[in-house]
Amino acid sequence: FTGQTQKMNLFQAITSALDNSLAKDPTAVIFGEDVAFGGVFRCTVGLRDKYGKDRVFNTPLCEQGIVGFGIGIAVTGATAIAEIQFADYIYPAFDQIVNEAAKYRYRSGDLFNCGSLTIRSPWGCVGHGALYHSQSPEAFFAHCPGIKVVVPRSPFQAKGLLLSCIEDKNPCIFFEPKILYRAAVEQVPVEPYNIPLSQAEVIQEGSDVTLVAWGTQVHVIREVASMAQEKLGVSCEVIDLRTILPWDVDTVCKVRL
Amino acid sequence: MEVSRGSGGGSGCAPVLPASRVLVASRNFANDATFEIKKCDLHRLEEGPPVTTVLTREDGLRYYRMMQTVRRMELKADQLYKQKIIRGFCHLCDGQEACCVGMEAGINPTDHLITAYRAHGFTFTRGLSVREILAELTGRRGGCAKGKGGSMHMYAKNFYGGNGIVGAQVPLGAGIALACKYNGKDEVCLTLYGDGAANQGQIFEAYNMAALWKLPCIFICENNRYGMGTSVERAAASTDYYKRGDFIPGLRVDGMDVLCVREATKFAAAHCRAGKGPILMELQTYRYHGHSMSDPGVSYRTREEIQEVRSKSDPIMLLKDRMVNSNLASVEELKEIDVEVRKEIEDAAQFATADPEPPLEELGYHIYSNEPPFEVRGANQWIKFKSIS
Repeated sequence: FTGQTQKMNLFQAITSALDNSLAKDPTAVIFGEDVAFGGVFRCTVGLRDKYGKDRVFNTPLCEQGIVGFGIGIAVTGATAIAEIQFADYIYPAFDQIVNEAAKYRYRSGDLFNCGSLTIRSPWGCVGHGALYHSQSPEAFFAHCPGIKVVVPRSPFQAKGLLLSCIEDKNPCIFFEPKILYRAAVEQVPVEPYNIPLSQAEVIQEGSDVTLVAWGTQVHVIREVASMAQEKLGVSCEVIDLRTILPWDVDTVCKVRL
Repeated sequence: MEVSRGSGGGSGCAPVLPASRVLVASRNFANDATFEIKKCDLHRLEEGPPVTTVLTREDGLRYYRMMQTVRRMELKADQLYKQKIIRGFCHLCDGQEACCVGMEAGINPTDHLITAYRAHGFTFTRGLSVREILAELTGRRGGCAKGKGGSMHMYAKNFYGGNGIVGAQVPLGAGIALACKYNGKDEVCLTLYGDGAANQGQIFEAYNMAALWKLPCIFICENNRYGMGTSVERAAASTDYYKRGDFIPGLRVDGMDVLCVREATKFAAAHCRAGKGPILMELQTYRYHGHSMSDPGVSYRTREEIQEVRSKSDPIMLLKDRMVNSNLASVEELKEIDVEVRKEIEDAAQFATADPEPPLEELGYHIYSNEPPFEVRGANQWIKFKSIS
């Protein structure tokens, strides 16, 4: 990548991706609880001022309604970027996601689809979130054909993956590790770019055992790999799965001789 | 405001006065007084709660003490949170004391109550001690949920919490009401939610079931004007929350007046106990703190607004003025109660700070009800907890 980069943390990388999307796609809209003022994690700061209140707007407190409504927007061909304020609150929308969004194209024989729907949601533990501000629900969605589920590990990955989700012609759920919103910082390109979905990344080569992780845990696993090398002389391959569904079986299972 | 002085007992029997009160009574306090209360707006109801009510000295002193206790307990929680002795989430209800105290005054201890996460006041009025509540906030063994629940997960007899996902507790409340009807003991269930949660779909599902099956369920919307940082006008197509039950009769109540809340609750409970089915109450109230301890509460409302409510509608002040002006109590006497309450809170805070945390082995308990105990994986596969129930 040769373009200009800027130091960004995870939430800034998300804002950048959303900014790029709304700039090049005039049908793109962002909605969810409290997104208008910038969002409870500042992911949508400045977007309403820049793109107007009919493109960045708040919804009432109704997750099932938010997703159902998002499916509707997407079915007409507009790009719908819905936010569920915490992944812990996604369950009222589970029926809409699994029974409506995932099956729309299939059941209409490709006459209709809600592929331009992307659901973003803060995800994962922070230490003080307890039962309802810490959950990682990707496993519930991992067996639902028709949707895609993506979890980035860093700002650079997040922007590229989110842009791919938004442009992907299937409904996508994008979980953002909230503990990394401020903590993870790196140089991220200002212009849009894509990181392909359903492609795992081997972030460290190794020969004895394969460790697979996603999101925040990738960083833990990287440390584990170092410790294993140092203390046990074990050479670990570390893979970031990135897309949970459909997942990259080939990269994970590839025989390395 | 017209006030008449009564002598003798309150509504019905003569109260038995403990010795200290007899001493004070010799200073010629009235035993009760009649007050005018705001008329409730009605929906699908011919008549509403009475517009005057009798307050006995004893009841007044009790409500005052309870409201003051909730107030000081919440302020102490604020302090402990800023000292990082309370961690995690903490949603305070100071400003809304008339709601929990007024409701409790309108029902029996055998009735049932369920609410969402702004629950410390209800935990107290439903019978738990300040000690147990503060120790739960600080996550210690002496806490009412053994230190594992925290601010949002407190429970007591006939008090079903303490729930994190807003709106989810409302169908639960309808279910409790069904059990009340089934058990035939004339009990009712108070099912609370806020102005933000009022737009959740499952609440309307609960309205329909409760009305269809004539459940003794009092739906109560505690409208404090803001769902987190979103004002009611920006969240709801209709801010007449007391009408949102549509086919369910409703009343809109002044939630800053403990007597208004009491009378409305009594009225609603009588409606349910008479087998007329569910009823909906909207309490118009206000919280001084932000949504939680991480919200300063001034980015979506002005300090002037908060100050105005504090100076004109503070529930404790309203009760105090009424009692003093109608000779139900003296300023000094109420100040003494303040001092006693402060001490009680201080002692409870000491306990909550000194009590040990629950032992780590208990972390996995009570996941299932099971025999024999099973192993639970911790943060990694070599950390194991035993789950026992």
